Amino acid sequence: MDEEKKYELRLYVAGKTAKSVTALQNLKKYCEEHLKGQYKIEVIDLLVHPQLAEGDQIFAIPTLVRKVPEPIRKIIGDLSNEEKVLVGLDIRPA
Amino acid sequence: MSKAKEQKMNEKYPTLPKTPTGITGLDEITGGGIPKGRPTLVCGDAGCGKTLMSLEFIIRGAIDFDEPGVFMAFEEKTEELAMNVASLGFDLDDLQAQKKIKLDHVHIDRSEIEETGEYDLEGLFIRLNYAIDSIGAKRVVLDTLENLFSGLSNEAVLRAELRRLFHWLKDKGVTAIITGERGEGKLTRQGLEEYVSDCVILLDHRVINQISTRRLRIVKYRGSVHGTNEYPFLIDEEGISVLPVTSLKLEKPVSSERIRSGIPALDKMLDGRGFFKGSSILVSGTAGTGKTSIAAYFANQTCSEGKKCIYFAFEESPNQIIRNMQSIGVNLQQHVDEGLLKFFASRPTLHGLEMHLVAMYKTIKKFKPQSVVLDPITNLITVGSVSEVKSMLIRLIDFLQEEQITVMFTALTLNTIISDQTDEGVSSLVDAWMLVRDIEYNGERNRGMYIMKSRGMKHSNQVREFIITDKGLDLVDVYLGPDGILTGSAREAQILQAQTGEVLRDYAFGRKDREISRKRKVLEAKISSLQTEFESIEDELNKVSQEEELIKQVTEKTRAEITQRRGEKG
Repeated sequence: MDEEKKYELRLYVAGKTAKSVTALQNLKKYCEEHLKGQYKIEVIDLLVHPQLAEGDQIFAIPTLVRKVPEPIRKIIGDLSNEEKVLVGLDIRPA
Repeated sequence: MSKAKEQKMNEKYPTLPKTPTGITGLDEITGGGIPKGRPTLVCGDAGCGKTLMSLEFIIRGAIDFDEPGVFMAFEEKTEELAMNVASLGFDLDDLQAQKKIKLDHVHIDRSEIEETGEYDLEGLFIRLNYAIDSIGAKRVVLDTLENLFSGLSNEAVLRAELRRLFHWLKDKGVTAIITGERGEGKLTRQGLEEYVSDCVILLDHRVINQISTRRLRIVKYRGSVHGTNEYPFLIDEEGISVLPVTSLKLEKPVSSERIRSGIPALDKMLDGRGFFKGSSILVSGTAGTGKTSIAAYFANQTCSEGKKCIYFAFEESPNQIIRNMQSIGVNLQQHVDEGLLKFFASRPTLHGLEMHLVAMYKTIKKFKPQSVVLDPITNLITVGSVSEVKSMLIRLIDFLQEEQITVMFTALTLNTIISDQTDEGVSSLVDAWMLVRDIEYNGERNRGMYIMKSRGMKHSNQVREFIITDKGLDLVDVYLGPDGILTGSAREAQILQAQTGEVLRDYAFGRKDREISRKRKVLEAKISSLQTEFESIEDELNKVSQEEELIKQVTEKTRAEITQRRGEKG
């Protein structure tokens, strides 16, 4: 794991649904554990900004998008499986 | 249909409101379009035209019906779509800029996506909702929604979400088309037909005998009557055309107007006035009997009257026909130049029969000719069976009659089947049937023509000799001699022979006359000599009787004198 890398994460949600809340909680927890200090989380509520859905090719909710580092990775679901999230974000090698 | 009219109709009968697709022919089959405000499923195999059909629905809606539309593509990128329809003459970018159309490409790639835990497709809903609201869309297309299944693994979620999506679309009041790939034993691979229950259209692309035909069938249309047949459709430079080919009614207009065949002698055989307008004419005959020439004459006649004609050639190229017809004194090129005559040449094997029919239908609709020539229909048999050709021709004749277009078919009969029965079985369909046949006699081949039938008019029952010279076509009476029908040089010879006979007979008559007069003279001479003889005999007789009389008188006188004398004495 490269310590220099800065993680830019974007979580797309649609209102305060149970799934969205769970996803955000899970994400925050993992980041604090594994990427402390080198991450940035941006939460986008599509109910407020529906025009943003197209840009990141969002169709499922909740969707976590890793903008940086490239390449873009997407994880959909409430992020309940920590292992999958870490592998998906390339934090831990598969 | 205008909105006011539609509303008025709805008040009268609460029928299913429909949204016209604007696709040629489809609205006729569906009786006005697809159900308004409901989703319609369009399914079919890969490459059958689903995307194009749905895209045309959106574009026509935006251009012709002022109904903006959203096209959500799960397969192709928006640039690709724009390029695909640019060839059809639609500028998607421009329509997007005018906010009449919104294209949205939903990119789903399994390799980029990781699934963990619960999720739903609210994102898709929001996206669609946003797209619809941003342009006030009335029409929505979801092009191959099933791609979701290849990108996401949680089928239970997907199915639940799809159900929700269709309900949502209905609530939203948009007329939607959802496309789906055809699955094995099912209409769609993922059974989308379960969710879309109002209208299902199946597209099909079949290859039979190496010839492909696209067909469309309405599998289901709840709450509406619709055509149930398989209808062929065509994708060409103007988009999709569906042909609602079979009209089941026999309620076509008829005309008693006549049109000329171009051959005066033939018109004369047809009651002196030619064919009925809007009728169908079949010219059949063996190879090389001049069927094409008759057809060209007919086309030429139509154009010479300043009317339009389409010549569908299935055998020869237009230039070939023009050149060949020049040799019999018909200049078709001038009509082509004037824009009155249009050739439409295609190899029968180019595409299936249905496609030929659609292509002809389109050409005829566009050009609006007064007469049409199909030369020859027999070649179509190479791409279909007899019954298929027949059914196609029935539909063509049907259509042409409706449009009051006169059609002339030529058909080749094989030498082996001279039973004048059927040519592609259409002889019973046509109104007039002319047969040109070879008369082989005396070491040469001549053509004889007769009218097999001509409905609704008095027509000649004579076999005429059909002559093709560099001056053109003509029909002459055949020579009916003691040995039967004579044509060609045999006819000429017979005529000459007859003339010779006449001279000889004349001569013979003369000789006999003279002999008779001579005989008369002899007899007259005899009579006069007999008369003289008779006169001399009569004279003789007279002389004798006078002498006798004289003697008698003298005797009596003498006796009287004697008596007197005796008396004196006595």
